[in-house]
Amino acid sequence: MQHFFKTIFTRNTKLDTGQLIMKKTVISFFFFFLFAGAAFWGWKWLRHQPANADGTRKPLRAALNFNESVFKGFVAKNHLAKEFPLSAAVKNVRVNGRDGLRTPLDSANWRLHVLRANGDTLSLTLEDIKKLPKTDIVFDFKCIEGWSQITHWAGVKFSTFVKAYGLEKESAMNYVGLMTPDKQYYVGIDMPSALHPQTLLCYEMNGAPLPLDQGYPLRLIIPVKYGIKHLKRIGTLSFSNERPPDFWAQRGYDYFSGL
Amino acid sequence: MKKIIKKHPLAIRWFHWVNFPVLGVMIWSGLLIYWANDVYKIGFGDKTLIKFFPKNFYESLKLNRHLAEGMGYHFLFMWLFFLNGIAYVLYTIISGEWRYLVPNRHSFKEAWQVLLHDLKIRKTKPVQGKYNAAQRIAYTAIIIMGIGSILTGLAIYKPVQLNWLCWICGGYKTARVIHFALTIGYVLFFLVHIIQVILAGWNNFRAMVTGFEVEKSKEEIVIVPQDTVIETGNSGETQTN
Repeated sequence: MQHFFKTIFTRNTKLDTGQLIMKKTVISFFFFFLFAGAAFWGWKWLRHQPANADGTRKPLRAALNFNESVFKGFVAKNHLAKEFPLSAAVKNVRVNGRDGLRTPLDSANWRLHVLRANGDTLSLTLEDIKKLPKTDIVFDFKCIEGWSQITHWAGVKFSTFVKAYGLEKESAMNYVGLMTPDKQYYVGIDMPSALHPQTLLCYEMNGAPLPLDQGYPLRLIIPVKYGIKHLKRIGTLSFSNERPPDFWAQRGYDYFSGL
Repeated sequence: MKKIIKKHPLAIRWFHWVNFPVLGVMIWSGLLIYWANDVYKIGFGDKTLIKFFPKNFYESLKLNRHLAEGMGYHFLFMWLFFLNGIAYVLYTIISGEWRYLVPNRHSFKEAWQVLLHDLKIRKTKPVQGKYNAAQRIAYTAIIIMGIGSILTGLAIYKPVQLNWLCWICGGYKTARVIHFALTIGYVLFFLVHIIQVILAGWNNFRAMVTGFEVEKSKEEIVIVPQDTVIETGNSGETQTN
């Protein structure tokens, strides 16, 4: 053993080839296992990071937010989701979530409530919204689970809606918050994505009024985001500079969820 | 007589060993994501030969119901995978190591000989060098696969912002299939790689950690008096591992 350590700490020039091979091998493997151990320890550390209130370990949430800062710069008005001919749209549109829809809808009394910056609330009927110019879109709807479907929707562009109701001050803020009437489902959208020309306050699917399970009377269609952000049955629209609460972000998903 | 022969530069050893656990995390977190829409299978007609993956595969490895977590890890470690890969490619280009790694015009013929030799069909040893022809093809292919994973990954990650890339990859669904198939490719590569490393032995494996191989020469050093005329012999022939 003593001989072994002596070899390790002897200068290379004083060693014969056999000793030199041993010395170099031992030193290399020492560092190899040292770094392997450090990597393992780092992994254990990451796996034991406490979860935030939003269900994600801090470093993972930090990475998601960092990625947002890298990729949100790509959100531009000229980056449009690909549109398809009407014939490409599927007839059986997948229903994948009922959160926020479990409370029976009181159709007669439904209003879109827009919380204005000055504290007022705009209460709009579906007829009010339908009066604004209508836009159709056929695009590949993408679920965060990994499936996608080409579907056909129609409604008013969010950007048009904002202008029509004089919400300039509100749309200068950072985020839009949307919530179902029963407050059980809610999303937050960054303003550039909300004002994207393909973002719709949507009231038609396949040329007919939205089915109940697709968000009748009014839902969000936002092709630059995953399906989790396309909130069905909008009850309230609000504006803020801080991130509004987001149902799936609270359950560990990326807040931005941009495509 | 033993001789130390330098084989792998330190940088390449780093990139190799960093990539191993990082790719492991990418594949694991990728499975957590894939579980949420596990639609791929190999078969014909109604007959399914391989289903990706059977239910007990997820359950036994605890891969089910962790989509959000999977995305969190995947989109953190993608940076390490990407940066390490870029560093490796740049290093091989700048250092000139690429000359040993990229297949040349003989490689495809020689790789066939390597295959026959490794399967014990052909006796003659193929040309080895630092990497043999089959290794050149495999190690270059794996880099192309890595680039493919990054591009298809980006295409799925940002299909609207990078719609041109998504289009190049054959569309959103095709990009996802390619991204998945490449991952299966890594697993197959890994299996063959491990078998080959075990078969090649300690000297070869040690070189990936220490950087050098030990060459054993059969010849003894003979001190020859100055005036003696040496008879011709097979000098200079050495056996390498």
